[in-house]
Amino acid sequence: MSSDASLVPTTVETAQQLGLRPEEFDQIKKILGRVPNFTELSIYSVMWSEHCSYKNSIKWLKTLPRKGKHLLVEAGEENAGLIDLGDGLACAFKIESHNHPSALEPYQGAATGVGGIHRDIFTMGARPIAALNSLRFGDLENDRTKYLLKGVVKGIGDYGNAFGVPTVAGEVYFDPVYQTNPLVNAMSVGIVKVNETVSATSHGAGNPVFIVGSATGKDGIHGAAFASKDITKDSVNDLPAVQVGDPFQEKLLLEATLEVIKTGAVVGMQDMGAAGITCSTSEMSAKGKAGMKVWLDKVPTRQPNMKAWEILLSESQERMLIVVKKGMEAEVKAVFDKWDLHCTQIGEVTDGGIIEYYMGSELVGKIPAESLVLGGGAPVYDREFREPAYYASGKGFDMNYMQEPEDLKQVAENLIQSLNICSKKWVYEQYDSMVGIPNMSTNNPTDAAIIRIEDTNKALAVTVDCNARYVYADPFVGAQIAVAEAARNIVCSGGEPSGVTNCLNFGNPYNPEVYWQFVNAIKGMGKACEALGTPVTGGNVSFYNQSTDGGAVYPTPTIGMVGILENKYATMSLNFKNDGDKIYLIGENRDDISSSQYLIQNFEVQNSPAPYFDIDEELALHKAIKALIKSNLINSAHDVSEGGIFVTLIESAMAGGRGFNIESDPNVRKDAFLFGESQSRVIVTVPADRENAFINLMMKQDSEFAVLGDVKGTQVIIDGQKWGTVNSWKERYDNALESYLVAAEAEV
Amino acid sequence: MKFGVVVFPGSNCDRDMMHVLGNVMGQEVVSIFHKETSLDGFTHRDCIILPGGFSYGDYLRTGAIARFSPVMSAVIDFANNGGRVFGICNGFQILCEAGLLPGALLRNNNMKYVCKNIYLKTQTRESLLTQSMKPGTVLKVPIAHGDGRYYADAATLQQLKDNDQVIFRYCDAAGNITDEANPNGSLENIAGICNEGRNVYGMMPHPERASEEDLGNTDGRLIFQSLIESVLSTELEPRKAISSY
Repeated sequence: MSSDASLVPTTVETAQQLGLRPEEFDQIKKILGRVPNFTELSIYSVMWSEHCSYKNSIKWLKTLPRKGKHLLVEAGEENAGLIDLGDGLACAFKIESHNHPSALEPYQGAATGVGGIHRDIFTMGARPIAALNSLRFGDLENDRTKYLLKGVVKGIGDYGNAFGVPTVAGEVYFDPVYQTNPLVNAMSVGIVKVNETVSATSHGAGNPVFIVGSATGKDGIHGAAFASKDITKDSVNDLPAVQVGDPFQEKLLLEATLEVIKTGAVVGMQDMGAAGITCSTSEMSAKGKAGMKVWLDKVPTRQPNMKAWEILLSESQERMLIVVKKGMEAEVKAVFDKWDLHCTQIGEVTDGGIIEYYMGSELVGKIPAESLVLGGGAPVYDREFREPAYYASGKGFDMNYMQEPEDLKQVAENLIQSLNICSKKWVYEQYDSMVGIPNMSTNNPTDAAIIRIEDTNKALAVTVDCNARYVYADPFVGAQIAVAEAARNIVCSGGEPSGVTNCLNFGNPYNPEVYWQFVNAIKGMGKACEALGTPVTGGNVSFYNQSTDGGAVYPTPTIGMVGILENKYATMSLNFKNDGDKIYLIGENRDDISSSQYLIQNFEVQNSPAPYFDIDEELALHKAIKALIKSNLINSAHDVSEGGIFVTLIESAMAGGRGFNIESDPNVRKDAFLFGESQSRVIVTVPADRENAFINLMMKQDSEFAVLGDVKGTQVIIDGQKWGTVNSWKERYDNALESYLVAAEAEV
Repeated sequence: MKFGVVVFPGSNCDRDMMHVLGNVMGQEVVSIFHKETSLDGFTHRDCIILPGGFSYGDYLRTGAIARFSPVMSAVIDFANNGGRVFGICNGFQILCEAGLLPGALLRNNNMKYVCKNIYLKTQTRESLLTQSMKPGTVLKVPIAHGDGRYYADAATLQQLKDNDQVIFRYCDAAGNITDEANPNGSLENIAGICNEGRNVYGMMPHPERASEEDLGNTDGRLIFQSLIESVLSTELEPRKAISSY
């Protein structure tokens, strides 16, 4: 071989520096029948990183339900899941994490997270029509948290707003466990004609391979490997591993990509995310059982003299790899010319399954594609797990030791201003939530965002949900709740839950207690998805959300869910509509304050069980709500979640600009009634003249139901006590987060 | 009459505008790619729309590059010959950069992008956008911008007022023009203006996002309705009754 250092045989020490384990190095030698050079070793290091190979999670991921009546593509088959909408249309959707980059460089980390997930959707031929996100930060008193929050929100906004896809829903939580490791999960939802989907495949020897979009630079090298490590003080040295985003290029790439598909010239296409050219060339080849010759010196670069391995591993954004039908190169080039984007042939498809990377005439790497990928040669591990001590201690929690506070109104005031409950207006008003005009929830607030589908009578209901404190308390139950709450939001909005994408944020999988959380969360998720008929279509796993000082984050298996409304006009909103409407609770109250925001805030109890949850009760609740909406018997529906019944009522009251007068349930403690978070409950309002029909219908349902009071005036009245006007509550609710951040700005 | 919607590479409200003008308002509408150098197919009976978005990425100054694009020379000629041009959001920014409208759009006073419903009050009836509405009509229309703070020097502002060129001001739901109702720090709450010749219009809010029952807000339709009727009336067709919503 030549004098180039990257072509010299490597050692196990180098392998370990690149994040591979000694036994993995041995395995690579066995596959190649020789010692890999540095370029080849780099390729294996990224492809076998957790981020690309799922080596520590795939065993359990495979247990999740993957089939469903609405599914066109099963999990792992393509870049994203695909749901059949009828009328020749399908919905592509996926969620992905960008936690590690955002921890170091919040603005670019979050921006490229948004860009990456949209590319996953339009590389399938779908036009993204909605974005969602799920964010976790540490203690907002901390200046670094403020910096992270501001950077992440601005990054998501600047990228999504310019790209032109509305951010329609999301969640933001604050907890000290996320101090060093914030979580940034971004989801994209797109629409595609069923016969215009494109697969991430490569076949047909002699077919040319093109790289299109932005030029390749040194940004993001080893990003995938970086995302597969704990965050330490030295992580800042990994800064070049964070990519830089350009939403304008992405917009051009979107339009050009959708246009090039229509030429009929595309054999296969994959976006470049983690591990860049390496990942797209090997995954597409492996899927099509083909080989490929790749001439790296032909790749348009941002700086001169980039090494082969730098070009291979670069995670420069806004790029795609396209395999084109031979003879149709001109049609493809014309489209990218129109949009002023690079479109350069860098290789061709070969038979035999071997990928050969060249720099000029020199062969710099030769690897069987299959050996690199998940489901092929990538390692699969069975990790040990062990129940952590905190789990048993939480089970011992007894609310009878928690004395009910005397001034519950004061408790409520504190709760409504707590960062996990108050309005996230400061965040979401920085996102364009309307561009593309699909968002039907702007003027008609709903539990899940309602997104109409162009040229049809249909709409999607989309949501992201995960209360990670519940999952920490009991991963099996907490993960079920995350799925159930997502489905409940969709049902309350008038939709039929159809499919799930998950973003599994956990600590270090080599820690048996973390792995115990992972295994049990997957089991719970599988159980709930099975029961609710919502298969998991894809998503991603983010391990190593763990720091040397702060330990692991709460296990946070974020659920992104899509539901279908056959009739977009059959939407149910959450705001109170008319004075005199009766307020009913569907579901059962319990003496349960476990893992509630109320418990944390008032008693500072960190360890308690997850709130009460029973999947059958949940299913009965959904059946009842669907029947009520279908029979046109309710004017609003809003699910009970963080902050309990009180917060649910106040939210419906604020959205409708109307007060309410209710009596508490004498069968449970008043604090548990108002603030407990026991699951499977929904507040509905019933027009007075339909109350009999409502009761008749509910008598035939398996769900409990009880009248609480009525919608009335402008005051909040509970058990005859005046709790002030709805406007006064709205002021507290709206301004809590902003006052935190504005006060901080004033200090600077 | 027909509408031409200019598509800059970073436009992202072009499809929305085509949908509303075509499917909702029932007008003939065509897209014009930014590489076009002529508007030969358009006459004084037509209207050119510059939609919202991020024309060429807007990493420099919003609209600063767009004004030099091939299609803009044609738009400038079209406007200078009396053709009707209407810019929304980024389109308004581009018209100011191109010198077709006076003043400039600066970074919002709180330095943040903002997307939400706001209220607008029509300031005059002497405009293509408001001629079918009573002066003082209050409309709920969303905004979505980071650079929406209208600014002009004192002499220009005086000229705007003397010539009745201020079309919309930000107000509250009751129609009061207050500082609290000003979402971005615009000079005197100015949200939309026209040129002296009253054929070029710009506004920051997005009426195309408020033109359908589906979306729960049809206030924006009054603006398009007015625009369409004003054009039709110059074609000497019998003036249609103004429908109410």
